[in-house]
Amino acid sequence: MTRVRFDTTDVDVGERESVLDALLRAGADVPYSCRSGVCQSCCLRAVEGTPPSAAQVGLPPTLVALGHFLACVAHPQDDLVCARPGALAGAVDATIRERESIAADVVRVRISPNIPFVVKPGQYVNLARTDGLVRSYSVANLADEDGYVELHVRVLEHGAMSRWIANDAVPGTPVSLRGPAGSCVYVPGSPHEPLLLAGSGTGLAPLLGIARDALRHAHRGPIHVMHGGRTEAALYGADALAQLARAHANVAVTRCVLEGPGSDDIVQGRLDHVIAARHADLSGWRVYLCGHPDLVRTLQQDAFLAGASLDAIHADAFLTRADAPVPTG
Amino acid sequence: MTSLFERLGGQAAITTAVDVFYRKMLKDPRVARFFATTDMNRQRAKQAAFLTMVTGGPNAYTGKDMRAGHAHLVAQGLDDSHVDVVIEHLGATLAELGAKPEDIAQVAALANSVRDDVLNRASPSTAGR
Ligand SMILES: Cc1cc2nc3c(=O)[nH]c(=O)nc-3n(C[C@H](O)[C@H](O)[C@H](O)COP(=O)(O)OP(=O)(O)OC[C@H]3O[C@@H](n4cnc5c(N)ncnc54)[C@H](O)[C@@H]3O)c2cc1C
Ligand code: HEM
Ligand code: FES
Repeated sequence: MTRVRFDTTDVDVGERESVLDALLRAGADVPYSCRSGVCQSCCLRAVEGTPPSAAQVGLPPTLVALGHFLACVAHPQDDLVCARPGALAGAVDATIRERESIAADVVRVRISPNIPFVVKPGQYVNLARTDGLVRSYSVANLADEDGYVELHVRVLEHGAMSRWIANDAVPGTPVSLRGPAGSCVYVPGSPHEPLLLAGSGTGLAPLLGIARDALRHAHRGPIHVMHGGRTEAALYGADALAQLARAHANVAVTRCVLEGPGSDDIVQGRLDHVIAARHADLSGWRVYLCGHPDLVRTLQQDAFLAGASLDAIHADAFLTRADAPVPTG
Repeated sequence: MTSLFERLGGQAAITTAVDVFYRKMLKDPRVARFFATTDMNRQRAKQAAFLTMVTGGPNAYTGKDMRAGHAHLVAQGLDDSHVDVVIEHLGATLAELGAKPEDIAQVAALANSVRDDVLNRASPSTAGR
């Protein structure tokens, strides 16, 4: 049994518990979102004791050297005394530059980093408010060419960050960006490889980024973008997709809705069924999957069973607090 | 003597074997349920670790790790029949990749040697002591 101390909390970490689980159980105020080692919200710094290296995967070396670790995936061997991370450790200051509502519940924000910030389209950044609230968002544009980072944020009814972005993050608001992270990126070097880009809701953001990156690399193989939503109103981004398809003969777009009638350019049906009907054989394909965690999990398995190699399936599940597993300890 | 791991082509061959073997497992209704909740993003590494181990490659696992790693599956009913399925698909995978029958028999023996650890029971050598 190991013991963890943080602020005024002092607690034993149960056998199957993470440091985050134990601290929350004891009533400590530790930020978190994904509970899966992805969003880095729960980053703490060990000031005494050695944090497990498995809980440092994805953190920049400078932070690792300073003892930072992700509490939600930390099962320590050592007793730890923890502190909050340096407020914005590893972060780049940035400014909200533009904000526009692009669908009933989707806001597009463009953010200018104050110093150069290298991020590949399709990766995600951890966006932090000045008070320390952090959430992950995927990058939809070619940030290096555009000079800003574009994110598509779905506004949730009680969402702390998404509501703040929709209501309060006026142009000029300071924020910061951490990361980037994630491996949902275009892999140059196989220009004829067929690409399947599929996702739901704002999962379209990274898919657009990846498609744009592929086309910038003169990708010549087929690029099939498949976007699913509950209703037609949820299928934002129609113009951006149509524009890509018009400009590039190798780009095909399929949009599908769960509810409501189909139409000339909208298929009625579940995204996984629509994909299965069109892509029974995915051997040789590279597959990118983003969006709702349950859907991403299903599509990942389907793509693998349809013949795509594990190495050729890139997926980012948009985990939110609601989807995160509840601790059992 | 070189290990089968080396003769098959080392880490590169394992990468191909992972796809073939793991697809067979997921498509087999006798064992698929044990993989229902596993995170696919981490499967590559885990399956590669498994194949590296049973082909005699560099092994970082102890019997204790095998017990801990499969305890939740034993609780869900993992038994000898499932280990047999693993060994069956393992053999078919290696045959597809061109391994010789005697090599396949050697791999089956290696997998069998951790059977008691995987199923979390006392091994015959320690039983009764
Ligand atoms: C790798 C990664 C990439 C991501 N990329 C994106 C992206 O590009 N765009 C994007 O919009 N999001 C993305 N997300 C999700 C994002 O990080 C936030 O989790 C999300 O914006 C919610 O944060 P919030 O602070 O607004 O809500 P929180 O305050 O964290 O909590 C969510 C609240 O909303 C409710 N809720 C949760 N899910 C739903 C739902 N589906 N419908 C209705 N209510 C719900 C819950 O009850 C909960 O109380 C990504 C997540 C990850 C891990
Ligand atoms: C035959 C002997 C076996 C060996 C040598 C073996 C080996 C391994 C190894 C090395 C791991 C990775 C552990 C880790 O890194 O976490 C693992 C995990 C796993 N094994 Fe086995 N295994 C065997 C039998 C089985 C059987 C019979 C099943 C079920 C049918 C099974 C299902 C699993 C599952 C579900 C995981 C966890 C994957 C995850 O956590 O995502 N194994 N095994
Ligand atoms: S990384 Fe720990 S909560 Fe997301």
